[in-house]
Amino acid sequence: MIELRDVHKRFGQQVVLDGVNFTVQDGETVALLGPSGTGKSVLLKHIVGLIRQDRGTVLVDGKDVARLKRAELRQLRSTIGYVFQNGALFDSLTVFENIRLGITDEALFRDLDYCRERVRRCLELVNLAPETADKYPAQLSGGMRKRVGISRAIAGQPKYLLYDEPTSGLDPVNADIIDDLVKSLDQELGVTSVMVTHDVRGAMRVANRLALLTGGRIVQQGTPQEFMQSTVPEVREFLERDFGSVTFAA
Amino acid sequence: MTAPVAAYDPRRALGRLVLTGLSHTGRVSLLLVEILRGLAEWRVWVPRTLTEAWNIGVGSLFIVLLVAGFAGAVTALQTGYQFTGNIPYYVAGSLIVESVVLELGPVLTGLILAGRIGARYAAELGTMRVTEQIDALETLGRSPASHLVIPRVLAGIVMIPVLTVLANATGILSGWFAVQAVLPVTDADFTYGARVFWRPFDAYYSIIKAFAFAVCITIISCYYGFSTEQGAEGVGKSTTGAVVSSCVLILLLDTLLARLLLS
Repeated sequence: MIELRDVHKRFGQQVVLDGVNFTVQDGETVALLGPSGTGKSVLLKHIVGLIRQDRGTVLVDGKDVARLKRAELRQLRSTIGYVFQNGALFDSLTVFENIRLGITDEALFRDLDYCRERVRRCLELVNLAPETADKYPAQLSGGMRKRVGISRAIAGQPKYLLYDEPTSGLDPVNADIIDDLVKSLDQELGVTSVMVTHDVRGAMRVANRLALLTGGRIVQQGTPQEFMQSTVPEVREFLERDFGSVTFAA
Repeated sequence: MTAPVAAYDPRRALGRLVLTGLSHTGRVSLLLVEILRGLAEWRVWVPRTLTEAWNIGVGSLFIVLLVAGFAGAVTALQTGYQFTGNIPYYVAGSLIVESVVLELGPVLTGLILAGRIGARYAAELGTMRVTEQIDALETLGRSPASHLVIPRVLAGIVMIPVLTVLANATGILSGWFAVQAVLPVTDADFTYGARVFWRPFDAYYSIIKAFAFAVCITIISCYYGFSTEQGAEGVGKSTTGAVVSSCVLILLLDTLLARLLLS
């Protein structure tokens, strides 16, 4: 379980998170929605310990992320796959080497036969041909890079998958492909997922719970149906941007 | 109505400067701690160090030798210009060899490599920082120090002294040929002059300087690369900062080492 309790974070004078309370139960797929620049990615980075909160607590499997020692944090990170917004692939390494780095168990990482098979399987899971393994990130399209990023995140067989804007910058067709991929991976691998996005349609298709982050706080959480029926002004305003003149059930 | 202009307060400016200096010192110290911790992961950094050493060694060889060659030749030509009839010709050999080994070889090599290697390291790591590749390494439970910093630092520490030794040899050889074009110096005069004032410590001093410059260039440029913020502009700032800071530190170290080791 992932739990954020009263998390505060500011950068200089700018308050980004202002008392966030947010929980993800095991097995859930939660979409974290919000306009650009509201701190969704910052929140995600707290979960994996890339950013430390000024106040509050971030718990993953009951462990306080900010208080973990170096080795403990490394151990925790091996249970979390993180998909970066632009893939964050290492451009000097091939796709094979990129995905191999995702194998966090050192003994398995050194077993080249295991790595080859694991990389092939991960590419298959994201619908990429095995030949992609020999290419460099610069030789891939935007959608393929995102899929390789997902492959790398699942290579270590994580318990949690964190997606940072997995469909941003993609055309609607490719965005739908990635959304379907996220959904199928969640079902196939049985992972707990948190997906940061501002694409409401995609979130509705993929997630079984949605949360809206705005003004540094989570203003609404619930199932897609509850979300659509929400009367919270921020939620209505956010949904209207995406769906236009939607008639909300009061 | 115009907004009031804040008066320049030198005490505030000094305070800010001190705080910035302390902040940089603190963060460089943390990077050094990370480097020491990462040394345990030798399986990661050894192969990368070899690749990096080959890249910077072979890649920098041409420009280092070119500059050293011209520096040696110009030193010889200026020696010829300043020579009067009262000075024995063998002194030209002493002057060229000592100038190249004690100063021109290590300092010019250091300054060139601050531009070439320093800019490369800062730009590479800066780009990796802004494209979240360094964050990705961390989320994969891998140490950015052992994957990215240690190989670069060690490759520089090994290759910069090697390049300096080659630069010294090239500078001396080009000076030897060039001085014969302006003065009637025989090979015997030159080699005698080179040996008469030579002390083995001169070679050690040259290598000590190259080693100190290598530490300075590699650590500073990796630090700037790691501290990069705000996209392409940030990468540009980091790269410039790395080169300028390395050059300034090389000149400061040059003076400090001369004072400490030659007096």
